[in-house]
Amino acid sequence: MKDRFDEFGGKFVPEPIIPALEELEKEYTEIKNSTEFQEQFREILEEYAGRPTPLTYSEKLSQKFGCKIYLKREDLLHGGAHKLNNTLGQALLAKHMEKEKIIAETGAGQHGVATSMAGAKMELETEIFMGKKDLERQKLNAYRMRLLGAKLNPVTTGEAKLKDAVNEALRAWVKELENTHYLIGSVVGPSPFPEIVRDFQSVIGKETKKQIQQKENSLPDRIIACVGGGSNAIGIFHEFVDKDVKLTGIEAEGSASITNGSKGTLHGSMSKLLQTEEGQIKETESIAAGLDYPGIGPEHSMYNQKERINYKTANDEEALEAFKLLSKAEGIIPALESSHALAQLPKIQNDLSPDDIVIINLSGRGDKDVREVSNLE
Amino acid sequence: MNEISQAFKNNAFIPFIVAADPNYQKSLETAKALIDAGADVLEIGIPYTDPAADGPTIQKAYSRALKNGFEVKQIFKLVKEIKKYKDIPIVVLTYYNIVYNQGIDTFYEKAKESKINGVIIADMPIEESDEVLTQSKQKDIHQIFLVSPNSTKERIKKIEKKSEGFIYTITRLGVTGKKEKFLENTRKTIQKVKSTTDLPIAAGFGISKPKHAEKAIKAGADGVIVGSAIVEKIQKNHSLEQIKNYVEEMKKAINKI
Repeated sequence: MKDRFDEFGGKFVPEPIIPALEELEKEYTEIKNSTEFQEQFREILEEYAGRPTPLTYSEKLSQKFGCKIYLKREDLLHGGAHKLNNTLGQALLAKHMEKEKIIAETGAGQHGVATSMAGAKMELETEIFMGKKDLERQKLNAYRMRLLGAKLNPVTTGEAKLKDAVNEALRAWVKELENTHYLIGSVVGPSPFPEIVRDFQSVIGKETKKQIQQKENSLPDRIIACVGGGSNAIGIFHEFVDKDVKLTGIEAEGSASITNGSKGTLHGSMSKLLQTEEGQIKETESIAAGLDYPGIGPEHSMYNQKERINYKTANDEEALEAFKLLSKAEGIIPALESSHALAQLPKIQNDLSPDDIVIINLSGRGDKDVREVSNLE
Repeated sequence: MNEISQAFKNNAFIPFIVAADPNYQKSLETAKALIDAGADVLEIGIPYTDPAADGPTIQKAYSRALKNGFEVKQIFKLVKEIKKYKDIPIVVLTYYNIVYNQGIDTFYEKAKESKINGVIIADMPIEESDEVLTQSKQKDIHQIFLVSPNSTKERIKKIEKKSEGFIYTITRLGVTGKKEKFLENTRKTIQKVKSTTDLPIAAGFGISKPKHAEKAIKAGADGVIVGSAIVEKIQKNHSLEQIKNYVEEMKKAINKI
């Protein structure tokens, strides 16, 4: 495994974590291409998680924006978001490594819930770290995690949000490296995590490619996905990076690491970050807790540098508008995170022709956000 | 010539404080008190928002300093002022992102100017250290690496080759062990390191009481680093006299061996 994405990535971690990363790399390389593991993974994705998820043609959005719009329905995956692809894959990996316990950080709570599900399903002790501020705005997810048997640790250090939950999870991992796997939730962190998470999420793009070829007998012209750490985006993009398809990642305006950030290291990898000139990590602010993170996966930084993926932003209002639009138009309540991807549609409307095929990765459902949105009204 | 290792001749006591905790002036006064009480080497942390290698006590100290407007230039000023008071070896502990954003060459240039003797980058394993080592060697600043209880002998050898000044040996991984276990693990780790290097070994993490320090030295360490215990005293507003007394007690424990 290479541990860099050009100049990004790497292993900027304290020494005690190095042996754990080496073990992970060795074990993952071993099973990555084994038919037995791939078969196990495929089976649990189908029988437990509900894959394949549909690629839904949206008649109303297509009419409104004057092109053919499809939605990749990760909102229909068990747990309500794409997160479960990764947690099931990594939980299988943890089993293979004979670990007894998994720990994870969570922002909106979706990754925490998906980890708790994988932990329950595979009989792994599960401990979740969640910022106190996030806990307050996502009480229901907190309850779901406990219901699923996970131990939930509120994080009060720093800003008490996602990045601080990652710090605490790293600290906790160091204390029990031998029997514990750190199940990181996005394509961030030290190598080999960004590659492992990408591999497990790339099922989204593989399915999408098959489905669009069946429906349209062609590749799409554009794919749009929201980007926080960037796992749903890499998941759908990866299959298309060497194809003639326009790929656009949408960051939340208040936490746009690629658009407004600079190069630096956070949570183990070199990437683009929101930071001061002195390298202190900045506070972020987004209505979507899952995008509220000052960093981004190193592979995204590479594709940005290479100009292979285009990165744009959407602000809270634009995301809210898209949230309401899809709810009314199609009877699908999208997650506020995914709403950022939808918010790109009106902005590119003038560049679209009727034959253009646009796929939006609907990374999650919005039930978790309904309370917050209703509070705004 | 940079001679940190001289400080280890008679077992070194190395207190750790955070620069500008709770403010610049107070941290300078604390440093002077630590020196008066017999600190052999001083370790100073550069405040950072995301210190994942440190525990919560030290993170809180970093937050206090940042809240009071800490800027990186203050670390260089602080070291200069401490050195004027007494020229003891000073090492700074920081994170890669701080050094990277200063510009690696600029950071080491400024470190040299202020006579910093050594630099520890808590989240920089040897794999990521090439650029830094080029600069540290050029500026004659010791780059200090950490060795962990779970490092293999083979890895310790690799780390040893890149290390200068001393080797920072982590004595335990987070979980507070029982007394006997502390001694056993500490001895094992220190012995592993000792068999691969002639550099002095400083033991750190989880050392807060004279008996811990004594045990670490008995297990073969040449010095002990005490961080959280001192930072906590600063947080609780202990007087400089109280801090001095603590250092003297710790010194006594390691010097009698």
